[in-house]
Amino acid sequence: MTIATTRTQAPVVVDQDKCIAEKGCTVCVDVCPLDVLAIDFVSNKAFMKFDECWYCMPCEQDCPTGAVHVNIPYLVR
Amino acid sequence: MKTIELEYDVVIVGGGTGGPMAAVKAKEKNPKLRVLVLEKANVKRSGAISMGMDGLNNAVIPGHATPEQYTKEITVANDGIVDQKGVYAYASNSYAMIEELDRWGVKFEKDETGDFAVRKVHHLGSYVLPMPEGHHMKKVLYRQLKRQRVEITNRVVATRLITGAGGEIAGVMGFDCRTADFYVIKAKSVVLCTGAAGRLGLPASGYMFGTYENPTNSGEGHAMAYHAGAELTNLECFQINPLIKDYNGPACAYVTGPFGGYTANATGARFIECDYWSGQMMLEFYNELEGGRGPVFLKLDHLAEETIAEIEHILHTNERPSRGRFHERRGNDYRSKAIEMHISEIGFCSGHSASGIWTNEKGECSIPGLYAAGDCASIPHNYMLGAFVYGKFCGENAADYVAGREAPVINTDMVEAERQRILAPLSRSEGLTPFQVEYKTRRIVNDYLQPPKITRKMEIALERFGEIQDDLNELSAANPHELMRAMEAYTIRDCAELAARASMFRTESRWGLYHLCVDHPEKDDENWFCHTNVRRGEDGKAAFRKREIEPYIVELNAEEKAAYQRLRVAGSKSAN
Repeated sequence: MTIATTRTQAPVVVDQDKCIAEKGCTVCVDVCPLDVLAIDFVSNKAFMKFDECWYCMPCEQDCPTGAVHVNIPYLVR
Repeated sequence: MKTIELEYDVVIVGGGTGGPMAAVKAKEKNPKLRVLVLEKANVKRSGAISMGMDGLNNAVIPGHATPEQYTKEITVANDGIVDQKGVYAYASNSYAMIEELDRWGVKFEKDETGDFAVRKVHHLGSYVLPMPEGHHMKKVLYRQLKRQRVEITNRVVATRLITGAGGEIAGVMGFDCRTADFYVIKAKSVVLCTGAAGRLGLPASGYMFGTYENPTNSGEGHAMAYHAGAELTNLECFQINPLIKDYNGPACAYVTGPFGGYTANATGARFIECDYWSGQMMLEFYNELEGGRGPVFLKLDHLAEETIAEIEHILHTNERPSRGRFHERRGNDYRSKAIEMHISEIGFCSGHSASGIWTNEKGECSIPGLYAAGDCASIPHNYMLGAFVYGKFCGENAADYVAGREAPVINTDMVEAERQRILAPLSRSEGLTPFQVEYKTRRIVNDYLQPPKITRKMEIALERFGEIQDDLNELSAANPHELMRAMEAYTIRDCAELAARASMFRTESRWGLYHLCVDHPEKDDENWFCHTNVRRGEDGKAAFRKREIEPYIVELNAEEKAAYQRLRVAGSKSAN
């Protein structure tokens, strides 16, 4: 194996208590231009899977329960 | 990885700004047409205006401006290198488009008499119309797409056009970035609305996706047009913009200028007369930064509280609303602190400069059946409203073009070659990651292509891009998402090579900072008062030619011609 994984702090944070992905909601995943959000198979909650963020905010704006918060990525802020 | 075969009359690649307009107008022209919008993200929130827009930057509204005036302004703002017919066609359809958007429910700022509240930002005329509630733009467009029953396929990355025996458009290919399903779509006409090549340079922060442009716009349209044999134009006229340092988004002087905000140097002094983005303005900005009088700031702290509150409302709810969050964390308050500015990475974007897929005043590209609108096309300084107007032209003209045309025959060799190219990174468990290849390409763009341009540096960059071409054969993708990044790495490398070659072809300096050449420091009107076009030659190499500037339809006097050469505030020292 020649491929390593490098850890990074994801800028988009999802409040697990407010997220209603388990009810079938995928709004944040749907609207992200970069397609970097996903639903975790185990917890059934949305999370940021890839650190490729334009901090553009449709995920936060369109979330029906206010569960998503976009932080400015560390390298930028 | 399944193969999905589809057939349409018109396929629009890109559902951001020009794309939805093209689709709606093609259907309005002929409701029976099968029209598809093929979108890499989701049309609800895609493209440069995913969070809306804070204003129209080039509104040509009777009583405030005329198409002739506007054509003059853009001619001089772009150093004379324009197809005036293309600019004029935009300008004379600008107002009708504003009225249509107004009917669709877009809210523009109006004064107490109900007239559009036009502001002056450009050097000569007044064309800026604020949209304080412009955050709803994508919703308005989506409603129109649904009303016209346009079909939409989200999350499909278009990668190559299919051409027929005569070089005409026969379809488009791509893949789903979640399933890696391969798409072969037969089409009589394709409209490219893929936006800027915005992931060409690397932002100074080093964060790959912190680009000025929506980073989803990585230049697929440019690469697809090139590989299909269509011409691209003026690629050496880079886009470089003045942005909030680190945040790398607009500050934004177009909004704040009419309220009294201005760009200032370290001493707080004004040094440019006009904040409209032109190559000349960027050169003055660069000279100030590099000439020992930086940093450069956007100064607002002298304004009244109610003015600042209005500015905050516009800037922190539209286009790039997270700039408010950025300022908050830095302790930036417009009331007490000027905002530090910097220079963006390079890109191709006709929305602000002049490079892109060549089109005429009908939106037609150089191969039959292909159209392009918006930032990926070549009408200079076209902004959002230009994308709408040219989206309309493309949609209507594509509808006419396909009328009575037979279904195209697909070249199966072409399809199989593309299937293999897309499949390859997924089949490799070892190799280079898309992140590594993209980062290196873009780092080399910054090291060697960023103006001031130097011929020897361009040559070295081309050596590196050649090596990266080989590296693409080692790309490994762990999943369909990484496959998207892998195929984007191909596109970004292609655009980088074209940017270097175009920069070497034009042996003069022009457009201020956009094409500032150390080895050819002077403007050379005798040899280079022309466009440059490039296409993929029969030998697979980039073939450049000079393209004449068609006679102007709006004449300019000497005073007007030199207007954008006089941007420095009188009495302020020049670095040179």
